[in-house]
Amino acid sequence: MKLTSKWLAIWAWSEVSTALAAEAKVQHIVIVADSRQVSGWKAWLTNLYNESHLYFALATIIIIPAVGLAIGKLMDVLLAGLGIDLKTRKLAEH
Amino acid sequence: MEWLYITMPIAGVEIFWPGLIVLGLGVGIISGFFGMGGGWMVTPGLNILGFPMAFAIGTGIAQMSGPSLVSTLRHGRFGNVDYRLGVIMVLGTVCGFEAGAQTIMWLERIGRVDLYVRYAYLALLALIAWLVFADIVKKRRKEQEALAAGRKLDALSTGIEWHKRLHRIQLPPVIHFKKAGIRCSAWLPIGVSFLTGWLAGVVGIGGGLIRMPALIYLVGCPTHVAVGTDLFEVAISGLYGAATYSYKGRTELLAALIMAAGAAVGAQIGSIATKYVRGYGIRLLFGLAVLGCALSIIFKLIAAANPGVRSLFDGAATVLILGLVVVLAGHILIQFIRGVREELTLKRKPLVRSSL
Repeated sequence: MKLTSKWLAIWAWSEVSTALAAEAKVQHIVIVADSRQVSGWKAWLTNLYNESHLYFALATIIIIPAVGLAIGKLMDVLLAGLGIDLKTRKLAEH
Repeated sequence: MEWLYITMPIAGVEIFWPGLIVLGLGVGIISGFFGMGGGWMVTPGLNILGFPMAFAIGTGIAQMSGPSLVSTLRHGRFGNVDYRLGVIMVLGTVCGFEAGAQTIMWLERIGRVDLYVRYAYLALLALIAWLVFADIVKKRRKEQEALAAGRKLDALSTGIEWHKRLHRIQLPPVIHFKKAGIRCSAWLPIGVSFLTGWLAGVVGIGGGLIRMPALIYLVGCPTHVAVGTDLFEVAISGLYGAATYSYKGRTELLAALIMAAGAAVGAQIGSIATKYVRGYGIRLLFGLAVLGCALSIIFKLIAAANPGVRSLFDGAATVLILGLVVVLAGHILIQFIRGVREELTLKRKPLVRSSL
């Protein structure tokens, strides 16, 4: 999974624009998470959610694809190590 | 066994986290193999694990953005993604989705929108299942006829050939989609994506379930390219879905993260498994998945119409969908293991010969 800088730039742009596009469609309902039950990074996450849904949305669309890509890359290394060809597909049919 | 449960900081519920990983893994495998987001499988799964429905939908969509990106990149490496076709179709899908949302608002004014939507969804699934199985039967008949005539059928031949008629409409601009190996008017993918987007908007689903067969039967993509190109769209719509649901406060980030970890592994397995399965093998399994989904909708309709047996049929629908996830993911995993074994055996063979 080789990522070019151009692809990354497009991706980063789409991340910000999707968050802003989502902002325009929001329904004005206030939901508050109880941060008293949790501590550490969970408390940070809860506070982020309570303080700004925009930052929370940005964090979501950055963290999840990043984690997905990191695990995907790890799987790449593992599967390539097994000797699987990860670059070509020989079956040519409809 | 307390360590097997984790408190979700936003929804405030205790969740069995290995269940999230297993669900993510299963859905990731199916998603990478068929080229769809799999929201129809994730939502009831999360609901069963203890999430309130509002969080189940948002979390399911949010976790999709990670694994679909992994699958798109993997399929891209195999030459299964036609990015040009994908970008054109995204435009049609977005416009179609908005038109679908407007249609729903119009239907809401008439009333009984839920019932109409469920029936429309069921009719759509029945049509897709019929298309898939009619195509398979027709292709088999062609193969048998060719065999009887003593010739071999072209590997690129198909059963249903609607796309060939649609390709004859050469309305400018005519575009050559290299990876898909098709040359047609740009209006064909725009029109098809608008229609599938509209249908997805009306029935309230992501759209992969409709778009994948539409890419095959209407646009004329080979099965593997339809899977890869559809995943490209799922990656973009998943990202938008993650943003919009998170902004509405309906995403449990921690759960989405745990699920995405399992789904990213599953997405790699599902995507690589397409290497070892013929296009028509993918179509057959897809047809079975659509049938299972249709059956679960029938159960939901029975439950809605008969309050006395509501919980029984609602439960049956959930069990059916989760059973489908287990069976399909298990089957794809077996295909993956077999394919890998064969590939590695073939790689070792020349070495054995040379050493002799």
